Amino acid sequence: MSYIQSLLGILLSAVLTENFILVKFYGICPFMGVSKKMDTALGMGMAVTFVMGIASAATWLVNRFILIPLDLEYMQTVAFILVIASIVQVVEMFLKKSVPALYQALGIYLPLITTNCAVLGAALVNVQKGYDFLQSVVYGVTGGLGFTLAIVLFASIRERVSNAECPKSFEGFPIALISAGLLALAFMGFSGLKIF
Amino acid sequence: MNVKKQFMEGLLTKNPVLVQLLGMCSTLAITTSLFNGIGMGLSVTIILICSNVLISALRKVIPSNIRIAAYIVIIAGFVTIVDLLLQAFLPDLSENLGVFIPLIVVNCIILGRAEAFASKNGVLASALDGLFQGIGYTLTLIVMCVIRELLGAGTFGGGILNGGEGIRLLPEGLPAMQMVMPVGGFLTLGFLIAGSQWLVKRLEKKDKEAAK
Repeated sequence: MSYIQSLLGILLSAVLTENFILVKFYGICPFMGVSKKMDTALGMGMAVTFVMGIASAATWLVNRFILIPLDLEYMQTVAFILVIASIVQVVEMFLKKSVPALYQALGIYLPLITTNCAVLGAALVNVQKGYDFLQSVVYGVTGGLGFTLAIVLFASIRERVSNAECPKSFEGFPIALISAGLLALAFMGFSGLKIF
Repeated sequence: MNVKKQFMEGLLTKNPVLVQLLGMCSTLAITTSLFNGIGMGLSVTIILICSNVLISALRKVIPSNIRIAAYIVIIAGFVTIVDLLLQAFLPDLSENLGVFIPLIVVNCIILGRAEAFASKNGVLASALDGLFQGIGYTLTLIVMCVIRELLGAGTFGGGILNGGEGIRLLPEGLPAMQMVMPVGGFLTLGFLIAGSQWLVKRLEKKDKEAAK
């Protein structure tokens, strides 16, 4: 398999067959928390994609050039979470200064991303699967796109469900979870999908 | 100190998963067999107690504007310890849970309890809070595991009982394997939360009637 094909394979699996939310369950908290409205869901998705791309690159560099030479691989979890937290902070400050429009749009979602397991999950999976630098970045960005796809689809379902009648005990979260289950059922249809 | 109230809060009325809706990623992802559920539940409980105790002990030392960063470092330290111990002594469990062990760092239950309880209360109360919240989480995981395993694979106690195969309760061909797949996780948790909302409302109603 050529290198480009491997990149395309990563893209396909991160977005569809191994969707970050609906198949691998990374990042359920923001998925449930900020999916009541379509536009906020899209904002969150974009923020996550952006941070995941940068974080995958940075954690790969930290792992390759700091942790491995010093034999500190067991410190990965601690090092990665610190890297991610600082990236989120830096991105926030940078956007506030130079791209205020985007900062306004992402606003409150940025700090929340630190505790999003999708970001740390992507960093850890990159190490586990032994991806090189470019593959890691592709995995991070496309994983974020998969997250965005799932959260936008889910938000549009929830907007409709919120107008429907349902049993009292099921109002709010339970019915949302069941809708998510049906969405996951639909995504199961992608399993086994291979273009190469 | 109100130990009984704390216990009830952890178990039901403020159950971390069913009522506070925290830590959903691991709840959905790993509850496919009893072994995984108990292993994950106990790991989180231990980390929760340790981090609650340490954070509570240091609550007057940690400056409040960098407290979240400090909490995350403390939690990540304990998670690494548990991760390494599991790899050394329970390699099967460590393999089953995979990346979800390091992901305990960003499990909102632990950070949530640190912020909401340990940073304001004494060491002993925080330890108890960690224990009860941990038990509430573990029990929820166990219930999820039992339901999903029964409906999805037709067995009980996979990974522990009957040499790891589990005890077969439903004949082969009857269970729907979708229940051990992601779909089943969402559906089971949805029904469980609906059930717990119903129960909590009923208890409140009873309390009100008793108060009259």
